[in-house]
Amino acid sequence: MTDSVAVEVEDVSVALGGRPVLRGIDLAVHPGDFMALMGANGSGKSTLVRAMVGLRPLVGGRVRLFGTPLDEYDDWCRIGYVPQRATAGSGIPASVWEVVAAGRLTRRRLLRPLSRADRAVIDDALEVVGLADRRRDAVTNLSGGQQQRVLIARALAGEPELFFLDEPTAGVDLPNQQVLADTLGQLKERGATIVLVAHELGPLAPLVDRAVVLRDGRVAYDGAALLDHEVHQPWFAEPHTHHHHHERPAADHVPQVSSPVDRPRGEG
Amino acid sequence: MSPVELFSQPFMQRALIAALLTGLAAPAIGTFLVQRRLALMGDGIGHVAVTGVALGLATQTSPLWTAVLVAVLGAVLIEIIRERGQTNGDVALALLFYGGLAGGIFISGLAGESAAALNRYLFGSLTTISPQDVLVTMVLAIAVVGLCVGLAPQLFAVAQDQEFARVAGLRVRTYNVLVAVLAAVSVTVAMRTVGLLLVSALMVVPVATAQQLTRSFRTTLGAAMVLGTLASVGGLVAATFASYEVTVAPGPTIVLLALAGYAVAWPIGIWLRHRARLREPFASGQAAPEHDACGEHPHAHGPGCGHLAVPHDDHVDYVHDGHRHAVHGAHYDEH
Repeated sequence: MTDSVAVEVEDVSVALGGRPVLRGIDLAVHPGDFMALMGANGSGKSTLVRAMVGLRPLVGGRVRLFGTPLDEYDDWCRIGYVPQRATAGSGIPASVWEVVAAGRLTRRRLLRPLSRADRAVIDDALEVVGLADRRRDAVTNLSGGQQQRVLIARALAGEPELFFLDEPTAGVDLPNQQVLADTLGQLKERGATIVLVAHELGPLAPLVDRAVVLRDGRVAYDGAALLDHEVHQPWFAEPHTHHHHHERPAADHVPQVSSPVDRPRGEG
Repeated sequence: MSPVELFSQPFMQRALIAALLTGLAAPAIGTFLVQRRLALMGDGIGHVAVTGVALGLATQTSPLWTAVLVAVLGAVLIEIIRERGQTNGDVALALLFYGGLAGGIFISGLAGESAAALNRYLFGSLTTISPQDVLVTMVLAIAVVGLCVGLAPQLFAVAQDQEFARVAGLRVRTYNVLVAVLAAVSVTVAMRTVGLLLVSALMVVPVATAQQLTRSFRTTLGAAMVLGTLASVGGLVAATFASYEVTVAPGPTIVLLALAGYAVAWPIGIWLRHRARLREPFASGQAAPEHDACGEHPHAHGPGCGHLAVPHDDHVDYVHDGHRHAVHGAHYDEH
């Protein structure tokens, strides 16, 4: 294997609590790709990203990062992982700067103080996400969108070349999504490889050059970027359909249950 | 005996050294326990250590070392149960709480030890520490403080976001076990000072006090260590002076002093948070859609006018009676 593939996923299967969630996934992410992993809730897109960074054990198949099998991979400073925002804070307040500085640990030796270069990178990461003026504030005092930006700054502080972002836009208001999009745009310009899990792309859509859509734990589509509404069409990537999309409402044969005092629909 | 003579006694100086180091070490590791929401872990380990002390007393070996050994085993066991089980560890803690306490009392009964011997460890007895014990306490406490402060960035990252720490290449399990072992060691260090049953107080209360007033992890850690030292040394000194009049045990005095600190900090913390919320800048672009000048205004807003000034975009809004007034030329706008 050469270094020409950033992430290589080969026939990967993942089970959660014995239930197969991903089945036979094949995927290759090339350096410089901006890839969006899309799909409905429960389609396995977050699980796939977590399997790629080694947080979910594989039932079958192989994952390679920069050509190295995941078990032997130890060059973690090349990876920047942005997890889904945790809603529960920890028991002790933590300042924005401290959380971002934690991202620098991939490049720090044990028991060494932060060097001037480390501090400069942390400051730069705060600057990129536009939170330099909030560095002393407790993270829990920030809005959801700002917390998401803190997590991105934390990944940036390690100066990685490959980013995994798990639903960075979930629960984030539009202005904050725009800031996120600008940040990711800057990363893209710097030549970073980005794998992004998203239910809706929103303002990120123009940045994406490749979309992979999962459906029930399988890759249903892998190709050029898609618009949000295309992914969520009910017929999208459904096998054995011939794309006659008549919007017939699903007939339901359940008898209507109403009590004698209920007024029939449409009256009164 | 005058106070000066009393404090120059060797046993008193040993007690002061032990109190000082305990006051530093217990809140240091306690900060990481509170961050992981394991505030009661110290208590669990303390109960397990009772069995260790009883084993030491029964076998005529140093109760300090048997306590360290059993407490470390118990702490690692708690960590394993926590990691394996899907529960957040409170059931594991409960099992060890009662197992440890019952085992300790059972073994000391078998060995025919008096309750008084065990009591010295259950409730602390600062003034009966032997020189060897002080030396061991010093070494262990300095090790705990050194590791807690030196590895603070790593321990912070692991406790803050375990999954991120794993992807950052940190050995999460090693650090988790390290925290458990350090907690066990500091429990045994603090056992002679405040006693096994009160040890958790010195690990948790200074941290709880510190975080009322702080916004960052490092200041919480530092402030908790300062408060812990103040409480333990202050408690010892207070108990010594009080002992001229009545019988006062240093252990409970230390804990009560730490709690008094919390009682003072709590309202201050509430006031600080309230104040910070009021002064939070208003979100941008929230001005009234149309120009809305307020009528005759009885007074001129400015620094020190008594009304709260809150930043809003590029200007300042003055808050009074539910209105936000912003200066616009010679009059005020409603924002």
